[in-house]
Parts: sequence; structure tokens; C-alpha cells
Amino acid sequence: MVEITSPHFKENAVEALSDENLQKAMRHLRGNFTAKRAAAAAALPEFEALRDNARDIKNHVLTHLDLYLEAYEERVTAQGGKVHWAADAQEARNIVLDICRKADAKTVTKGKSMISEEIDLNAFLERNGITPVETDLGEYIIQLRGEHPSHIIAPAVHLNIDQVREDFRRAHSHLPPDRAMKEPESLLREARGILRKKFLSADVGITGANFLVAETGTSVIVTNEGNGDLTQILPKVHVVIASIEKIVPTLEDMSQIVRVLARSATGQEMSVYTTLSTGPRRKEDPDGPEEFHVVLLDNGRSSMIGTEFQDMLRCIRCGACMNHCPVYQAVGGHAYGWVYSGPMGAVLTPTLIGVDKAGHLPNASTFCGRCEEVCPMHIPLPKMMRSWREREFERHLSPVSYRSNLKLWAWFAKRPALYRPLAGLAMRSLSLMGGRRGRFSALPMAGSWTKDRDLPAPQGGTFISQWRNKRGRT
Amino acid sequence: MSEARDIILGRICASLSENGKAGGDEARHEEVEKRLRGHPQGVVPHPADAKQAVVDRFIDKAQAAGATVEKAKQGDVAKAVSAFLRDHNLPQQLRVGADERLEQITWQSRGAPELLSGPSDGNDLSGLSHAFAGAGETGTLVLTSGPDNPTTINFLPENHIVVVDAQDIEFDYEAIWTRLRHKAGAGKMPRTVNLITGPSRSADIEQTLIMGAHGPVRLHIIVVTG
Repeated sequence: MVEITSPHFKENAVEALSDENLQKAMRHLRGNFTAKRAAAAAALPEFEALRDNARDIKNHVLTHLDLYLEAYEERVTAQGGKVHWAADAQEARNIVLDICRKADAKTVTKGKSMISEEIDLNAFLERNGITPVETDLGEYIIQLRGEHPSHIIAPAVHLNIDQVREDFRRAHSHLPPDRAMKEPESLLREARGILRKKFLSADVGITGANFLVAETGTSVIVTNEGNGDLTQILPKVHVVIASIEKIVPTLEDMSQIVRVLARSATGQEMSVYTTLSTGPRRKEDPDGPEEFHVVLLDNGRSSMIGTEFQDMLRCIRCGACMNHCPVYQAVGGHAYGWVYSGPMGAVLTPTLIGVDKAGHLPNASTFCGRCEEVCPMHIPLPKMMRSWREREFERHLSPVSYRSNLKLWAWFAKRPALYRPLAGLAMRSLSLMGGRRGRFSALPMAGSWTKDRDLPAPQGGTFISQWRNKRGRT
Repeated sequence: MSEARDIILGRICASLSENGKAGGDEARHEEVEKRLRGHPQGVVPHPADAKQAVVDRFIDKAQAAGATVEKAKQGDVAKAVSAFLRDHNLPQQLRVGADERLEQITWQSRGAPELLSGPSDGNDLSGLSHAFAGAGETGTLVLTSGPDNPTTINFLPENHIVVVDAQDIEFDYEAIWTRLRHKAGAGKMPRTVNLITGPSRSADIEQTLIMGAHGPVRLHIIVVTG
């Protein structure tokens, strides 16, 4: 099972900050995706209009989701495929196992899928005597290490090449020890060679889906490596596992979202492979799978509709929010303690595993707002993190000291005649204490803050006093 | 139908009606039907440089994505294919489907590549396909599966040569969906439609982009100009 360590986010984060390998690896991330995304967005004059429309399409889908799911199922069935419905993770795992057993499967190749992580499919298949093989290079590397992805689209972003080299030495012990392994190219070649054999011998191929098109009963995957395609065209059975909100009405609607997906994710105008799969191979087809199954997973999503978290169901898993998040950039994905990380994980994880376990995640935000700024689907992530904080507070899940201090502050804040002079006094004293440096490297009761960084001393009076002085002028 | 299906659809309907979003059942059905039948286009990008011909734009974008591209007259396709294989020190051997347009290629009598027909089993160094269309917007090839162009040829050989007619190159994806509907019928699709933009790649090791992951290492496009 994926061990849920979200309740220990604070400890995880402290550990991550002092993990030299991780910090070295995260330096490759910083600035890379962000600059590429900015350039790709700027190069397409219609980008903002496409974002707006992409948001509107998903909103429309969510308020008609039952009907689109029925239409999708009808089209899949009409073209010889089979749709399976799974209310939760356990049902989804059992459906997949059942399909694998009927196919007498020993080895299963897998394209990249976050739903597979969410339902913890690999461990389940292994326990049942079926060998799952991850084929995306990053996923393959972390499977060798017994880890889980630390990023939606760059699952091994927390690793350095030295670590990958060691993993390959250990796992590919049948290869000559003096082989070329210095450059990333040689490591990729090695993985290509190993996985090629797996692709050709697998009994079942499992992929996720970026989109399910209701109009045609088509499932769509977007990849750069081509592993998803080899996973789904070579074995005799293709299983798609996807959550219910992946539905889009038409090919045109898919195209709208495709145009913002890669640009937001890697900064490419288009990913290398966008593949549309519809049903099993046709009578006349010389290749392709003989069986086509789709497992539709709910796992709590249907209950998000109509709540303040409905907008989260627009998410297309591009990873832009985490790429731009100062917290994610500092601690990486594993600190978040479950499958989803970064701002989208901070909102989604509490809905899927409970705010009692994942309450730290929406608190781990500076509310800088960059996630919402770059989200191609205009998901109001900071607002939803605030909603989680409120729920956590209402349910008395936040620590006692935090709650009592907040109550104390609220008592004063509700009494302006008392609050304003006191705030002014506190400010002047802090300003004096800060001295010429204007910062504190240590402060009583704020030790855990000042341990890793300085606290700037307040300057220039309180907001109210500045407002009065300027009389509303800016 | 399955229990889970009823539970999921029931929960969705309950969530929607609680919030008054479900509205009249008939109106909702009608709206969904209308969208599925009418497939409205939304925002379709226009060429930034209106003067640039769609075919030239396609070539620029495909090259930017790492493909190599050349234009050739119908009669020169054979020469172009052979030259590509020779230039990369590849054996004159090609995996190819039953596409009529590829069967019409007149190979030179001497040194013509050996053609292996049918799907690829992973032992081919080079494959040849004919695209259904191209999208100038992003330099994207559109290939459809079938006996004409088996999908395995698009992914297993290290070298993929794709022939596309200049007249099949549109600017946007929407124009291609219209053509696809015309070919396959409304609501129907070939088993696999591959949108391919450049050769395969990975940046999973330290964010270093490396060309040639699990799919082709080289993608060579021959645009047939008449």
C-alpha cells in the first residue's frame, strides 16, 4: 500500500529541505518549466481565450456529467469496447485484476497513470501474482526504487543521474558492468532496450487517459516517449483506467484543452504523441488489441460536484501549479505524503483521503497565487486551500496553540479602539528592535520561523495609519 | 447494469439537483445532444503570419519539433526515401502497410528498398507510412490505423518515414476532425488516430531532453507537392 504520510507533512518538509540529493535535483526543475511555459503562452495570441474556453467546457461537462458519461459508454459499447464502473479504489482494482485473470496475464505493461497511483494498482497486482511494468522512463526508474512519483508529469524529478545510474547497475545486472553509462543518453538507450522486450511480451497493457471523448467513445493519451502507445497497441488486451471527470463532449472540445495542456506542462506547443483509441482492433486491422476495456473511477469525485471543491474537477494534470509553487520547489512532491502534490495536491488530497489526514497540505502555502495565475483551467486553488483551512478550523483539527492565539487576536481585532494603538506600539517596538539591519534572525515564540530565514522588521507604520496619512491616495 | 454505475450516476444527479444545477431533464438532454451533434468549434487559432502558406508553416513547425522534412514531387518520393536510408547508413529495407498511395510509388529498378508488408514485430529498422493529414498549427501529422497503415509502424521502427500530401495539410485540428468525420462517419473513429509531432523523446533524467525514447529516434516527413 502507498503509505500515507500527509499527516507528517511538517517532518517530511524539514527532512526534504536538508536532503542534499533532493535539493540538487530540484534545482533542475526551478526555472526550467516556468520559463518554457511563459514562452509557449506568449507565442500563442489566443492562449488566454483558449484558457477561458477550456474552463467553460469543463464547467459545462460537470453540470451534465451523468449524461456525458452515458453517451460515452454508449459509444464505447457500440464500437466493441466495454465500460466498467468503479465507485472506489477497491472496486477498480478488482475489475482490473479480473480482466487480467481472464486474459491469463502474467506481465502487464503500463503507461503513465495517476489513477493507477491513486488506487495503488501495482502493489495489488503484485500481491496477486501479476507483474506490472512501468514503461515511462521516469516511472520505470521509480518503480526500480520502490518509490512513487514526486511530480505528475516528471515522476523522477527528485532524482539525480548518479542515483539513476546506480539503480540501473543494480537492476540490470545481466548487462556488462563496464558498459557506457555516463551520459543520460546511454541510460535512456539501456531502458529502451530492456523495456522493448517487455512491450513485446506483455499480456495486458494498462494506460490512463487525458480525455474521454463522449462523441466517439474515444480515450486519449498524451505522451512524449511513445511508451503509452506501445503499451496499448501490442498486448491483446488494452485497459484504460480513468476518473469520471476526464470526459469532454467532442473532438473539438478536446482540441481546445489540448492546446493549453502541453504549453502549460512542458512548454511544448504539442506533445509528441496525442493518441486517440476507440474500441478494440477492427476486423480488417492487422494490429491493435483484441479487447478494449475502460474502468471509470469515481472515488469521491461525484460528491465534489456542487461543493466549493467542484472547480478542482477541471484539473487536467498538467503540473503547472507545482512547477510554479515556491513550496513545491523547496520540498518536492514526496513531502506531500500521498499521490498528488503541489497546490493541486493540497486541494485534492483532503477530498480523497480526508482533511483530518491531509490538513497540513492546504496550510503549506504562501498564498502567492502563482498556481492560479498559471492554471490553464483557471482553478481557484488558493481560494480552495482557504476553504480547507476553514473546515479544518471548524472541525477543531488545528493545534490548540494556533486556535487560542487566533482567538486572542480576533478578540483584539474586533475592538479597534484597543487594537490600533496596541498594533502601532507593537510595530514601533519591533521596528526599533530590528535595528539597522531591519530583520530578525531570532525572535521569541517564532523560533521555528527564524530557524531557516530572517523575519523582516515592520516598517513605516500600520496599514490604518498609512491610510490616514495618505487620505486614501495611493 | 452494474451497481457501481447506478451509485455513481445517482450521486452525480443528487449533487447536481441539490444545487439546482440539474435543471429540467429534457433541457439538459437537449443541450448535450446539441453539443454532441453540432460539435461547436470554440477558439481556433489563426496563423500569426497570415502570409505564410499553411504547408510552409507545417514544415517549420515539424522541424522545430525535431522532425526532418523535405518537399518532393509525386515521382520523386522513391528517390527521397532511398536517399534518407542511404544518408543515415540504413539498410534499404522498409516495413510498410497496404496504402494505395504508397503502392503506387515507382521504385528505381536498381537499389530499390526491400518492402516488408504488414504490421511491425519490432525487428524493423525503418518504417514507411502515409499520413491522413497534417496540421500546420503545430507541425503535427495525423495517421489513422488500418491495413493501409498499421499503427505498429508508427512506433516500433527506429526510423519513421511519413509521406503526406500537401493538399491534406490543414492549419488547425478542427479542419481535420471534419475530414475524419466525413471518412469514418459521425460518431465513429478508426481504432487508432495518432497525432505525431516530432520524434519520441524524454526529459525524465535531470530534465535533460533526449531524442529517441521508446518510439522512433528519427521522424522524416516527405511532403508531396503534386
